[in-house]
Amino acid sequence: MEDRIPTRMGDGTLGRLTKSEIRADVEDGVAQAVRRAKVPPLAADEIDHLVDIYASPAKMVGVDLGDEIVLSCDGSGMKTHATREQDMQSYEQWMGADLLELCPGDYSLKVVRTILPYEAQCLHDALLSTVAPMQYGIMPNLGLYAKDDGPCENWSLLLPAGKISEARASCEEAADMAVADAVRMADVMYEAGADAIDFDTTGASGDPEFWATLRATEIIREKYPDMGVQLGMAGEFVLGMHGELEYKGKRLAGMWPLEQLHVVQEAGATMYGPVVNVNTGKSCAWNTARACTIVKPCMDEAEIPVHMNAGMGVGGVPMFVHPPGDAVARSAKSFVDILKVDGL
Amino acid sequence: MARMQMTRGMRLKEAKQYVADKLGVTPFDLGDTATMTEVRNEFGFGRIHSYAISHPWQANFIEAKFNISRVLDVPILCVERFKERTGMTEAPTAH
Repeated sequence: MEDRIPTRMGDGTLGRLTKSEIRADVEDGVAQAVRRAKVPPLAADEIDHLVDIYASPAKMVGVDLGDEIVLSCDGSGMKTHATREQDMQSYEQWMGADLLELCPGDYSLKVVRTILPYEAQCLHDALLSTVAPMQYGIMPNLGLYAKDDGPCENWSLLLPAGKISEARASCEEAADMAVADAVRMADVMYEAGADAIDFDTTGASGDPEFWATLRATEIIREKYPDMGVQLGMAGEFVLGMHGELEYKGKRLAGMWPLEQLHVVQEAGATMYGPVVNVNTGKSCAWNTARACTIVKPCMDEAEIPVHMNAGMGVGGVPMFVHPPGDAVARSAKSFVDILKVDGL
Repeated sequence: MARMQMTRGMRLKEAKQYVADKLGVTPFDLGDTATMTEVRNEFGFGRIHSYAISHPWQANFIEAKFNISRVLDVPILCVERFKERTGMTEAPTAH
């Protein structure tokens, strides 16, 4: 009888599977990715390697010496234990962070608008007392531009009422406002000395949000070629809230990571963060296998660094508020070994 | 490497090679804490542990970023701002 190996589920709970069951999960995760995202399967040796990683009894696993990658982040400066500036110093000096991010607690683009000078001053001061590159991060969160939170008609209410053209017009109006806000934010952060802007969880409100972020990225990179733009996604698949929006002739709704990468690169972003969401009812082995398969086509075509999102609820990391280290380490090693990611 | 990735869009292999060449080490060395502590000291890149507070004669923070900018031959925006605002250079035409 095969030994049962402790392994994590997508909700963070600890289960026990045999190596054969882990292999079955990995193979099914790959198959599901192929079916859904229309991507090639992983090679046999890559599947074997994933099985070995997830069948290891070790609490922690790691990459080979020399295979270290860059770790990006969101939200290192958000008043976790001291001031935001001190938080970033701690993150740099105690945790060896590769980069730092100042962000507002709410993290939404629209919210930054009214506190922009204060945010820029904080960034300016923090840059004087840190070494690692520092970005200013927000999530575009286009939903906040819709009533009752914002000025635009709420497309989520218009759509169920069958008012399709009105909903689309409202999406476009909100996107235009978001572009203006994002560029204004970048103008100010550039003057403060930011190394980059981070658009995180892009596309959470579907294709209008992705559209707005790509347009803002293009403008920012043209204005400030020395300042980077990191564009990370909210999900594996761009939802079609509008459905007809295009960027440089490419329809955004329905895009999977490879197509996302293409438009992100065209917009001039310097880093791309693909997301593959976690299925909490499946094992982490299943989820990581699926994530590797969906993102793998990006790796050969990427002209910019690809930082796979591997945090709570995405990239094979359990949807649990304190992601277990064993699961985090296994997903990270998988992405480094199988995908050759540029960072996480 | 993070700086070269986020501001120059360099992929990991390219970023490692670029930085290693500038520092006179190998890409493998970049992940070696022992080697890189010495390299960081040599170039004045700031110390990444608490002992930094007991080396007041070494560059740190914005000073270190001046050194990083020079050695890696890459402009760092806050360093450029520092130069402008302290009269070291003239401010560029506003956008």
